[in-house]
Amino acid sequence: MKSFVGRVRVMPRAGLVDPQGHAVEHALGALGFAGVSRVRVGRTFEISVEADSEQQVRERLREMCEKLVANPVTEDFTIDTVETAP
Amino acid sequence: MKVAVVRFPGSNCDADALNAAQLAGHDAYFVWHRSADLGGADAVILPGGFSYGDHLRCGAIARFSPVMKSVAAHAKAGGSLIGICNGFQILCEAHLLPGQLVRNEKLSFVCKLVTLRVENDQTPFTNRYSVGKELRMPVAHGDGRYVADEATLDMLERDGRVVFRYVGGNPNGAMRDIAGIRNAEGNVVGMMPHPERVVEPILGSTDGLAMFALAGIPAGVS
Repeated sequence: MKSFVGRVRVMPRAGLVDPQGHAVEHALGALGFAGVSRVRVGRTFEISVEADSEQQVRERLREMCEKLVANPVTEDFTIDTVETAP
Repeated sequence: MKVAVVRFPGSNCDADALNAAQLAGHDAYFVWHRSADLGGADAVILPGGFSYGDHLRCGAIARFSPVMKSVAAHAKAGGSLIGICNGFQILCEAHLLPGQLVRNEKLSFVCKLVTLRVENDQTPFTNRYSVGKELRMPVAHGDGRYVADEATLDMLERDGRVVFRYVGGNPNGAMRDIAGIRNAEGNVVGMMPHPERVVEPILGSTDGLAMFALAGIPAGVS
């Protein structure tokens, strides 16, 4: 068994209204940042897992996302990276 | 009737729900979320509040409380079950109802009286109302915007599963002005507004009391 850290990104589904993203977008405009055309707000999870291989970690992260970490009704998830823990 | 009011850490409308059920003449009692025993309840109420601090998503963690297995079994056996506000969020996260409640469109917490139209009377909680009846009830939530994909929304409309709709103003941006829905069988209802807060004249209205009458429900299925 090895230690891994997986980074999972959960974003509001494209096409759904993202009120938080809109609020940040407006606030950036108010601060004088020109040219910001769109902001979407999601979140990142760092999940440390003991497993035999990176492949196994990815499979388990996917299952975690499907069952809890993301809500499939409104969110999409991406497994960004899986690294061996230092 | 025996009515179980489930308490999660962070429930805050549990006493109001108990009071409403008692006013309607029921033997109502609390069930702690760690218990899997609903006490032979005829009906179960998941009350409002902020279970588990709304961590991850509203209702997402409460779904894993030991009591929820019993609540799901109660529902599958045809037992009457209502989730109010946070209770509705839990029912969606537990897949006992379709869709999800997400952050209000305008991001702010809304706490005010709204007008609802009864859209379906084929549930144990709305069978004392007639379709089209308008009710005044408070809402108090930050994440009450009902969202589902178009196919699900069309199915809910087609099958008469939209139970309440906001009229004269949608407080949270809910799709199709949906304030409450039911499952296919009709024994499970979820709604964002708070009927338990309008059950006595001193509270300003009694529009919600009939929801707790529970006339003609199957007894003791749990």
